[in-house]
Amino acid sequence: MNKQLLSGDEAVARGAWEAGCEVAAAYPGTPSTEILENLATYPDVYCEWSVNEKVALEVALGACLAGVRSLAAMKHVGLNVAADPLFSAAYIGVRAGLVIVTADDPGLHSSQNEQDNRFYGLFAKLPVLCPSDSQEAKDFVKIGFEISEEFDIPVLLRLTTRVAHSSSVVTLNERAPKPPQGYEKQLQKTTLLPAFARVRHIDLENRLDRLKAYSENTPLNRWELNNTDIGIICDGVAYQYAREVFPDASFLKLGMVYPFPEEMVRNFAERIKELIVVEEVDPFIELQIRALGLKPIGKDRLPRTGELNPRIVRESLLGSTTKVTPEPNIPNRPPALCPGCPHLGLFYSLQKQKVIIAGDIGCYTLGALPPHSAMDTCIDMGASITFAHGADKALSANDPRPRLAVIGDSTFFHSGITGLINTVYNQSNVITIITDNRTTGMTGHQNHPGTGKTLMDKETKVIDLEKLCRACGVENVIKVDPYRLQETKKTIRKVIAEKKPAVIISQRQCALLAGKQGRTKKVDPEKCIGCKSCLALGCPALSYANEKAVIIETSCSGCGMCVEICPKEAIG
Amino acid sequence: MNLLVCGVGGQGVLLFSDILARLAMAAGLDVKKSEVHGMAQRGGSVTSHIRWSKKVYSPLIEEGTADIIVAFEQLEALRYIHFLSTAGLLIYDPLRIDPLPVQIGLVEKMPDEVLQERIAARAALNRAIPAFAAACDLGNPRVQNTVMLGAISHFLEFPLSFYEQVINQLVKPQFVEINLKAFATGRALLKENLPAKK
Repeated sequence: MNKQLLSGDEAVARGAWEAGCEVAAAYPGTPSTEILENLATYPDVYCEWSVNEKVALEVALGACLAGVRSLAAMKHVGLNVAADPLFSAAYIGVRAGLVIVTADDPGLHSSQNEQDNRFYGLFAKLPVLCPSDSQEAKDFVKIGFEISEEFDIPVLLRLTTRVAHSSSVVTLNERAPKPPQGYEKQLQKTTLLPAFARVRHIDLENRLDRLKAYSENTPLNRWELNNTDIGIICDGVAYQYAREVFPDASFLKLGMVYPFPEEMVRNFAERIKELIVVEEVDPFIELQIRALGLKPIGKDRLPRTGELNPRIVRESLLGSTTKVTPEPNIPNRPPALCPGCPHLGLFYSLQKQKVIIAGDIGCYTLGALPPHSAMDTCIDMGASITFAHGADKALSANDPRPRLAVIGDSTFFHSGITGLINTVYNQSNVITIITDNRTTGMTGHQNHPGTGKTLMDKETKVIDLEKLCRACGVENVIKVDPYRLQETKKTIRKVIAEKKPAVIISQRQCALLAGKQGRTKKVDPEKCIGCKSCLALGCPALSYANEKAVIIETSCSGCGMCVEICPKEAIG
Repeated sequence: MNLLVCGVGGQGVLLFSDILARLAMAAGLDVKKSEVHGMAQRGGSVTSHIRWSKKVYSPLIEEGTADIIVAFEQLEALRYIHFLSTAGLLIYDPLRIDPLPVQIGLVEKMPDEVLQERIAARAALNRAIPAFAAACDLGNPRVQNTVMLGAISHFLEFPLSFYEQVINQLVKPQFVEINLKAFATGRALLKENLPAKK
């Protein structure tokens, strides 16, 4: 048998491939991104970056109804975007299997919230599987496809960052291809007109009843009966922490948390003196146990925010004898825009302007932090333009500050374009700045409709942002090079002064892709007067010591933005 | 074995921990590795937890229980030092990379002496390995991680032949030679006995 060390994401990809999955679609988002990146490296699977998660799920649903096993992957907040088709998919069901992966982010390592997507199972009426390591991640994908086909329902596979991004040993198997079933029109099943949908809802409830019976007996939910003084019910990575802290306790490990195996839980609880539920973030399992009239220890002791870890489980449930505290007062190391990042130039140019700037989700969200402080909001993908529009309507002429929106190219394709159309149609004076770095920067450089390449590395049509914005009805569309600071600043000022809707496309390739832009710059200490003007650029290669500016040679990308800023021509 | 690696985005923390995890796997052990790299490329603080044993449950190391901490940068060494067990070993690169808020003067810089004192106070068993400087001398700052690997190889149970195997597997062919050199350099940098515990 072939064993490999795989991350949870890699294991999901492997599992999908082994299960004969033929179509997979996703929009990149930490911690889910690597699923499709890895799946695309296997032969025989069509993989795509869809423009957003709703599209990805609809693509996968279409493919499964056309008879091949399909997968859609996204981060937790991505499932909000895809929630509309998610609820319909439960009614419609599948033809070949459909697995929907949601990668939740307890602890907010790289997200705007820490929502618990197990609730989507309860809400949208879909079975939910929660693996606790990479081996299970792989196995559960395969079982997920089987459940999906047996019960005619999409299956939600819920990872968390700690499962998606931790690696453990996985036993590999070969691919078991499934013969495609072809497409067949099933009007009453797949067309959710009210009359048909009413029937489908009844059918869905029946499917859920059958799934409930399955959940009571599946080996996905298993007992580990040891000392019965303490019995712990848990799922996902919480199982690993609890197992570590309570080596002698009895466990009911839930791999399938919805539909909830009530009888199994009751039987387990009967043998146990003290029942404990260990789960991350929300009391999803605990609520269902309490609904049975049982009173476990759970969120009254364990935190509802952040990730768990062995220490938190230990301290919450056993109390602590030796508290280990981190060293105080160590300067934080927040993420920063890279040396030579084109966004640095844009945000530098936006500094000190009296404007309201609605931000969006991407690297450029970091522009909200000092030294730029060039952003007022960050809400969700696509919310920049729409927020600015709403603010414009609310403030009307009473507040003279111009309303700006800053959004990345990938995010614009994801959900910015609808907002832009809305500003034009509903007439507000929003100035939209598209920070076009020719890639999806934050998640590790995925392609999108503006790059001319697909996930599977095929050449494709490039969607021209400038023409697109014009086609949306914006007459004033201007391109700037953010490396040219004075010019960018002048353009922004001019556009603001015109007081009409506009789009500024700030275009330069992501510095990490572009590599070195030129010679490493140096500070002439004779000429440098220590005015710190250059530090306002926020470039991590620029520093300050002994009352002079310093350029860190190993970091400098040679872009030359600082050269333009220096009033004494000390940088060159 | 509980081994924690920390550093700054771009320093090769993740490849380093990949190599270690594969070494443990090659030795037939159960291994789990966990890292946070959501914004790592943006110069943030990066950590990786690696655990190996007959059977490993948690992918995270509990505070106060790391057998070894390998830090690629001094401030990061101090940031994660509470993970070290009382008998644990800290190997760190005396390299100093101040965070952006310090660089641009928003946050006060911690003097080197203070930093060193605080590290020593909390990790009785510690050793500074100038891996970054050594990597620069070798002509490629990016092999800092392999220099560190050579240094800690003294304290791990794996045969030397495993390292070469795994480096061959994980490093691009054109960089294998310099990585093997870096490994030897790291081993040489830490060859004397460690100072006795206070």
